[in-house]
Amino acid sequence: MATVELTFSALPAHVRTARLVATAIARRTGVEESLLDEVRLAVGEACSRAVEAHRAHCPGEPIRIELKDDSGRFEVTVSDQAPSDEIKQEQPVDLGALSDSFMSGFGIAVIAGLADDVEVFPSPKGMRIRMSWPAPTNARVV
Amino acid sequence: MDLKLDHHQDDRLTIVEVEGEIDVYTAPRLRELLIDLVNKGSYHLLVNMEKVDFLDSTGLGVLVGGLKRVRAHDGSLELVCTQERILKIFRITGLTKVFGIYASVDEAKEAHGRDK
Repeated sequence: MATVELTFSALPAHVRTARLVATAIARRTGVEESLLDEVRLAVGEACSRAVEAHRAHCPGEPIRIELKDDSGRFEVTVSDQAPSDEIKQEQPVDLGALSDSFMSGFGIAVIAGLADDVEVFPSPKGMRIRMSWPAPTNARVV
Repeated sequence: MDLKLDHHQDDRLTIVEVEGEIDVYTAPRLRELLIDLVNKGSYHLLVNMEKVDFLDSTGLGVLVGGLKRVRAHDGSLELVCTQERILKIFRITGLTKVFGIYASVDEAKEAHGRDK
């Protein structure tokens, strides 16, 4: 099992870096090319959500991403330290209710629509989003 | 890739050309442009997304915000997009029902002309 860990300050500019790192490692791990856009978008959504949450609650604390190649799966876990007791449930589109700033809750809905397997662990000490995609071991680039 | 923005007038439509990545870092610039256009009286916007490499929910939020603003003036905000990777996020979020999405600027102009 190979693991890469990345921590970054809660700055929007760093989200792109996190996306690029995750996509590069997904490709190296053997995730199909057709799934790489989904990895890029899902990791970006998870990191954007974490950055927004940190900026609101704990701007000085870093956000952590763990990328693992584990038993034929490429697994990404994004952990933040901002309190999150509940997850906003996906709602039917109501234009009047949508904000033009970050649409909290939409990010997780997007991740759920993209990742093959998603688990969200909210807690008062922060949220952890774990997502994974198939990464056939025989396709791995060495 | 950073975000490049441009806009020009075409009859009643203001065409906004967007190139690059729209994410939590760059989306505020698009938001500022849309607000500025509406404040200057452009209420019929067509956002050309054919050169957009990446769009996340922050970018969607900005487009929805723009749509709310132009609708307050009986205006419209429509999109040109044929890229599957971008269309997918509109489908996942159900926003294909909210935005008019066209395959080309000409197609959007033609539809807009019919609706006048």
